[in-house]
Amino acid sequence: MNWILALPEIVLAICGMAILIAGVLQKRETFHLCSMLTIGAFLLAAMLVISGPAGLGYHGQFISDRFSSFVQLLILTASTLAVIGSLDYNEHANLRRFEFPVLILFATVGMMVMAGASNLMTLYVGLELQSLSIYVLAAFARDELRSTEAGLKYFVLGSLASGLLLYGISLVYGFSGTMQFDKLATTLADPTKVSAGLIVGIVFIVAGLAFKVSAVPFHMWTPDVYEGAPTPVTLLMGTAPKVAAMALLVRAMATPFGHLLGQWQQLIVLVSIASMLLGSLAAIGQRNIKRLMAYSSIGHMGYVLIGLAAGTPAGIRGVLIYLVTYVFMNAGTFACIIAMRRRGKSLEQVSDLGGLGKTDPVMAMWLTVFMFSMAGIPPFAGFWGKYFIFSAAVQSGMWALAVIGVLTSVIGAFYYIRIIKVMYFDAPEEAFDARPASLSTLAAVTGLFTTLFFVFPAPIVNAAEAAAKVLFG
Amino acid sequence: MNAAGFPLLSLLTWLPLLGGLIIMSVRGDEATVASNARWAALWTSLIVFVLSLVLWVRFDPADPGFQFVEQATWMPQLGITYKLGVDGISVLFVLLSTALTPICILASWESIKTRVREYMLAFLILETMMVGMFAALDFVVFYMFFEGVLIPMYLIIGIWGGPRRVYAAIKFFLYTLAGSVLMLLALLAMWSQAGTTDIPTLLHTTFPASMQTWLFLAFLASFAVKVPMWPVHTWLPDAHVEAPTAGSVILAGVLLKMGAYGFLRFSLPMLPIASENLSWLMFGLSVMAVVYTSLVALAQTDMKKLIAYSSVAHMGVVTIGIFTINVQGISGALFQMLSHGIVSGALFLCVGVVYDRIHTREIARYGGLADRMPAYALLFMLFTMASIGLPGTSGFVGEFLVLVGAFEVNFWLALLGSLGMILGAAYMLYLYRRIIFGRITRDDLRAILDLSPREIAVFAPLVVLTLWMGIYPSSFSAFWDATVSAMVEHHQAALHAPLHLAAVTK
Repeated sequence: MNWILALPEIVLAICGMAILIAGVLQKRETFHLCSMLTIGAFLLAAMLVISGPAGLGYHGQFISDRFSSFVQLLILTASTLAVIGSLDYNEHANLRRFEFPVLILFATVGMMVMAGASNLMTLYVGLELQSLSIYVLAAFARDELRSTEAGLKYFVLGSLASGLLLYGISLVYGFSGTMQFDKLATTLADPTKVSAGLIVGIVFIVAGLAFKVSAVPFHMWTPDVYEGAPTPVTLLMGTAPKVAAMALLVRAMATPFGHLLGQWQQLIVLVSIASMLLGSLAAIGQRNIKRLMAYSSIGHMGYVLIGLAAGTPAGIRGVLIYLVTYVFMNAGTFACIIAMRRRGKSLEQVSDLGGLGKTDPVMAMWLTVFMFSMAGIPPFAGFWGKYFIFSAAVQSGMWALAVIGVLTSVIGAFYYIRIIKVMYFDAPEEAFDARPASLSTLAAVTGLFTTLFFVFPAPIVNAAEAAAKVLFG
Repeated sequence: MNAAGFPLLSLLTWLPLLGGLIIMSVRGDEATVASNARWAALWTSLIVFVLSLVLWVRFDPADPGFQFVEQATWMPQLGITYKLGVDGISVLFVLLSTALTPICILASWESIKTRVREYMLAFLILETMMVGMFAALDFVVFYMFFEGVLIPMYLIIGIWGGPRRVYAAIKFFLYTLAGSVLMLLALLAMWSQAGTTDIPTLLHTTFPASMQTWLFLAFLASFAVKVPMWPVHTWLPDAHVEAPTAGSVILAGVLLKMGAYGFLRFSLPMLPIASENLSWLMFGLSVMAVVYTSLVALAQTDMKKLIAYSSVAHMGVVTIGIFTINVQGISGALFQMLSHGIVSGALFLCVGVVYDRIHTREIARYGGLADRMPAYALLFMLFTMASIGLPGTSGFVGEFLVLVGAFEVNFWLALLGSLGMILGAAYMLYLYRRIIFGRITRDDLRAILDLSPREIAVFAPLVVLTLWMGIYPSSFSAFWDATVSAMVEHHQAALHAPLHLAAVTK
């Protein structure tokens, strides 16, 4: 029995239950303790991922390969960053409840299963575990109207997307007779086996997953949910689930449906262009920084999809590198947003950052780094993500996509540098409250990564390359 | 190892950043921090300048290839290496960058009073980016520095600029970025064709003719904005007017040269067929720039704006010279670039001198300064004459060579190009008359003080260079003669190669 392939997930789930029991049995509030234990569980899982064997197990339902390990490590990193980001926020927002880190942990288990799915059913189960945990997290500030609204909205729309996905899965199963990725791949290698119903099924699957990565036209929920959810939850939503869903999309498109590249490529190209355009144009008018980041993430997903549309190992490598840089700069930006607090009250308007360059030069510097990085200005990490994505597009001869991509990145640069403008060129507002150590560390670690990525890109580029090659066997 | 025996260019590139780290670590009250930051920045930039003189001494002018080459693996999977080196074209621009930086820092000694530490930091980062860009021998390294320049410059204009600084800074940023990203695509296209981003290799790679046109247009989008060429020059007057004096100096002195350098480094040698076929476009845009912006300059009421428009006109002469693709034209363009770097920088400093005293750049507010500021009037006259192109000053040599080169191509091109010199004389002399001559009518001008010792120290090297370049130009042009000849030969060979083939197959 090769159950050991899923050891990281199993161990993480058991840790989750243990932490849950520990939290329930304690008389006093154990938010901090449970958070620390969760981070410890993430570290343990990460070590197991690194040392775990590769192979296909559970009768072909679950796979562990270099692609899944790469994605799982990234997910664990993102979840860890989210837990760190929540430490201080939850203290102040009166969300000191031990369920919070536990929910993040279960969401992470779901995401790791997504990364290792090699069967449409496993894919669905992982996705649901992740989604259900995050629905609850989004509504975690239950006394606050916006948070409950966000949770409910996410739940209703997310259920719809799950329905679409499930419908697509059933169509694919009905028309091909299997849900196994490898069997689908061999079946679909024969063009006569590809029926219209199967293509419709694939379209539904793409639609369901596009909802999870918040790509246009399935992005409607993103700004509202981002704005309403507690900021650490937004940090989480903006990073780990995006990585997991994108990895899932990549694996599903590249492995079982790899022979149908011609069929789904157009779809991905359209979704990508629409996301880049909407992400860059709609963000211009935003005053709330969390909403702005929501549109920014829509745009970023558009860029990531370019790599998938290229449909080559180079494209997938670009996707993975982009996701790494995206996780770090996004987590760092949200660390700065969480630190925007005056006299204990959290602020979310872009204008609240006025004169930050004077009142808090360190935080302003990191936020500047993240903004330039998101705008894709070298030498920051965000540029390299775009570089790898665009080089894949150019290699595949997708010029229209590449040109639209770079031009929307210029439009996008406008709102990123506007934030820098507010911080440095505008008159100072009152200073923010002193930053807690956890957020300073979070911003510094992600900021250093973003700044220095260009010095030592080799390990990540090599790992991404190896991971991308796996999918193309 | 290279001629210096140690990684000189890396040191020149990264040393300013080290100085920046030192500045960031300064603690204390505001006055101490400001003073320490100023001195640390000045010393760093002076050390870098002195080190860069090694290039001047040890550079071998007879060798047309790259010298002081250093190399380290960076991203071998993609054929990207960290590679630096200079040839006859770039070596003097490295020196120009290292020479102007301490001058700029000295020029902002007193005029920058707020956030001095950040200001000095931004200037040192800018120096890193500039030197790195001119020394880069890998396209990706080049692009990284080329775009990286935007970051400090955006902050310099936006934080320490004038009243409309936000508009100017954002306009500057977006214009330049829009051009650069298209160059990024061209870079990627070249890479997918050649499999490497190594510049010396790309120089000897032949790209298909149809591809060359597209690549050329993509490069044009980027470099034309940077030069700036008409009609994408409109960011420049805004940026110049709003930038602090030293920002204007570095913008006019070095940043504008980046576009022309890009043409010389990439467009011309890598895309010979497209350069030949599209030279009419370049001439057309350049002549438009020369004539149109000179006329616009005549109508300006703001000193900095006038000099900014004159910069566009002078850079038009440079682009004419580059695309004549003969030795005189390219040499003239290089000379004009260097000369303009020094003269326009000096002119912006001249504006800065009176702006620091009276706090206005309105030409009509001044008049009769010759009475109260004789030394200043003398200096201003020297640089005005150099800008016009009076023989004996640096401006003459470049314009003359470019016109000689242009004559070889087309009579009308040379005629229209020389129109710029006449108009240049008109607006510069008009400016000079209105500011320096006439009678003092305002009380604050009666009390105005002449140059301080610090200001004289700022101007002295620029005066020496302007006269030196005008009187004995070969000590500068010797650096690039071999490289330019090789470049023109290479260009001719590349153009005629297909013809030879055709002749053989007949």
